[in-house]
Amino acid sequence: MATITMREALRQAMEEEMRRDEDVLLFGEEVAQYNGAYKVTQGLLDTFGEKRVFDTPISEEGFTGMGIGAAMAGLRPIVEWMTFNFSLMAIDQVYNNAAKNLYMSGGQMKNPIVFRGPNGPAEYLASQHSQALQSIFAHVPGLKVVAASTPYDAKGLLKSSIRDDNPVLFLEAEMMYSWKGEVPEDEYLVPIGKADVKRAGSDVTLVCYSKPSKMVLQAAEELAKEGIEAEVLDLRTIRPLDEQAIYDSVRKTNRCVVVDESWPFASVGSHIGWLVSRNCFDYLDAPVELVSGEDVPMPYNHTLELAAQPSVDKVVNAAKSVLYV
Amino acid sequence: MAEKMLMLALSPTMEEGTIVSWSKQEGDKIENGDVVCEVETDKATMDYESMQEGTLLKILVAEGESAAVEQPIAVVGEEGEDISDLLKEIESQSAGTSADAGGAAAQGAGSSEAAGGKTEGSEASEATGKGVAGAAQGGASEAGQSGVEGGRIKASPLARNLAKNAGIELSALQGQGSGPGGRVVKKDIEAAKAGGGAVAQAGPQATAKAAQYGAQKAPAPGSGLGTQPPVTSTGIEEQHIKIGRKRAIIAQRLSESKFSAPHYYLTTSLRTDPLTKARERINQQSVKAGGAKLSLNAFMMKLTAEAIKRHPIVNAAWKEQEIYIPGSIDIGLAVALEDGLITPVVRNCGGKGIRQIDAEVQELVAKARSGKLQPEEYSGASFSISNLGTYGVEQFTAIINPPASAIMAVGSVTREPVELENGSISFDNKMKLTLSCDHRVIDGAVGAAFLRDLKAMFENPMQALL
Repeated sequence: MATITMREALRQAMEEEMRRDEDVLLFGEEVAQYNGAYKVTQGLLDTFGEKRVFDTPISEEGFTGMGIGAAMAGLRPIVEWMTFNFSLMAIDQVYNNAAKNLYMSGGQMKNPIVFRGPNGPAEYLASQHSQALQSIFAHVPGLKVVAASTPYDAKGLLKSSIRDDNPVLFLEAEMMYSWKGEVPEDEYLVPIGKADVKRAGSDVTLVCYSKPSKMVLQAAEELAKEGIEAEVLDLRTIRPLDEQAIYDSVRKTNRCVVVDESWPFASVGSHIGWLVSRNCFDYLDAPVELVSGEDVPMPYNHTLELAAQPSVDKVVNAAKSVLYV
Repeated sequence: MAEKMLMLALSPTMEEGTIVSWSKQEGDKIENGDVVCEVETDKATMDYESMQEGTLLKILVAEGESAAVEQPIAVVGEEGEDISDLLKEIESQSAGTSADAGGAAAQGAGSSEAAGGKTEGSEASEATGKGVAGAAQGGASEAGQSGVEGGRIKASPLARNLAKNAGIELSALQGQGSGPGGRVVKKDIEAAKAGGGAVAQAGPQATAKAAQYGAQKAPAPGSGLGTQPPVTSTGIEEQHIKIGRKRAIIAQRLSESKFSAPHYYLTTSLRTDPLTKARERINQQSVKAGGAKLSLNAFMMKLTAEAIKRHPIVNAAWKEQEIYIPGSIDIGLAVALEDGLITPVVRNCGGKGIRQIDAEVQELVAKARSGKLQPEEYSGASFSISNLGTYGVEQFTAIINPPASAIMAVGSVTREPVELENGSISFDNKMKLTLSCDHRVIDGAVGAAFLRDLKAMFENPMQALL
């Protein structure tokens, strides 16, 4: 198997799907001539030409709506938002058109579209450009939300997302683009809605997704040094959520820590906390812990910036607290 | 919005403080910087200056009571504000801690104080239990099953299931849970299972009773020795003395030193006349000039500092990863207080004259006696001197005062016969110095060389000028 970056895995997924289905097209700010702000779309303009790969003006609401229209008309667009911070400009299109077309047309109008781009804090980007916005998309019925943490999962899931007939929010992360991992040469898909046990363990379940997953695995190694075997469950998809995988793990370990880098209030993490306490009540030996981003705008000062995010220490401490050690 | 006022760490080593007095009362307005109360820390009594503003709504820790650092001591907010929720929160937190204390008491500590803690703890956790009983599914039936009336035992859902399956009565474990607030968790059920029926049988009442009876019986152990005649009163009343902050810190620090630093002791005997005579002459002149007499301690501190200059390792500290030799010779002088002892530190004795050292010692000792010594004035000595000579003690071994690696114990002056060269006997004034050294830092020969040089200086103070 080849070891490639997340950036390359995403590019391969788009290239393969564009070769496979000529209805797939890609547009957004700087995706074509500049090869993508984070070089995820490198070479796709040269390969597929400007009819299928093109740059848009800086007008998120406009080109997002255009993508939704194209999907209604039968194409399968991939819309790249330079970052999810800019998706806020387009949120009316996503909430009111993409999410509701199928339902409000009585099932007549599918909306096969992928919105992708980096989400969550990177470094030194201050409050407005360091936001983990998954909760506001996961909130809406009618949308799927995918958040992979390895090149393998990212490629397989992006291909599945492009083939899905529903609007899919595909969350990447600036810090993850250069992460490396093994990806098979042969074609494969990773199904949407299936979580993955990234590390098996018996003492505590650490639920995570997207960028924090790597840090959670490090925390699990730290815990292992103290004889605590943590199970790391990477959700991979936020919606539809693989609830069964969570319950199976928590019923085995009796303890659950959810790690979610977005704010804690009304978040994916807090929702999972409720699901677990509702559905695993009799199996729990401790209340569910949530390690989230701190409930503040992201500070620019780097020390504070790091302190405002989940960390290995925070996860280790949370795991210990549910283990009463 | 009402908020908790917390006990702050007013000294580097403080873990708990006792409220000596409140200078603000409930209802008083508080500005930032106002002194709200006086706190006795491990070493000194200090003012607590508020960093909060508003009205003092509730005093939680009364005068004479103590609170751990970070524990709430009062509630500050706006006048007339409803603080019942906040008080409940505080109560439920403290219920947790006292329930823990209760657990320890039940294990047979036997002191009446601890037994009191137990009762309080279980009452508080019952009260908390009542608050949530209605909300919890099946709480009533489970409570019925475990035979506890009106209350609910705190246990994790998993622990409840495990207990049910194992046939263990949860009530048997009430107040003994190892989770927060005495919550019974999986581990406790497993321990109960491992312990067989015994734990399940012994109810909480039985355990609590045992602790109480233990306390009542405690005065009578002597009566077991039936052959002895009844003893008449000694005039000493049996009592249990509460450990104050100072006593606790002294106990902790000295145990730590004695048990972790490998001590060894070197004793030397020296003639005191050269030093005492020099001091007398200096003091006569000083008094004539209208000045003060200089204490023997100040002379000793100065000469010790001079000897340390020649053996800096005696001034060093063991820091686990390294040995640290400070650039300044900071000598602590042990001072007995009514309720403990304290070691005020004269900084940089190597760079000061005897007169200045003496002036600083006088000032620090006065402060120490009135309990006003500040943390920076009694911590971080690099060497210490303890003098029990005035009690007639000829020689003793002192415990090193960390972070220092050595302490010198000074004995009394005694008249000793000395054989002169011509075989006749004469008498000399002599004094014994005993140096306690931490062998991790100071090897035997190094300590001995230091003591030899110090002795030479005592017997010939001019040596210090060499």
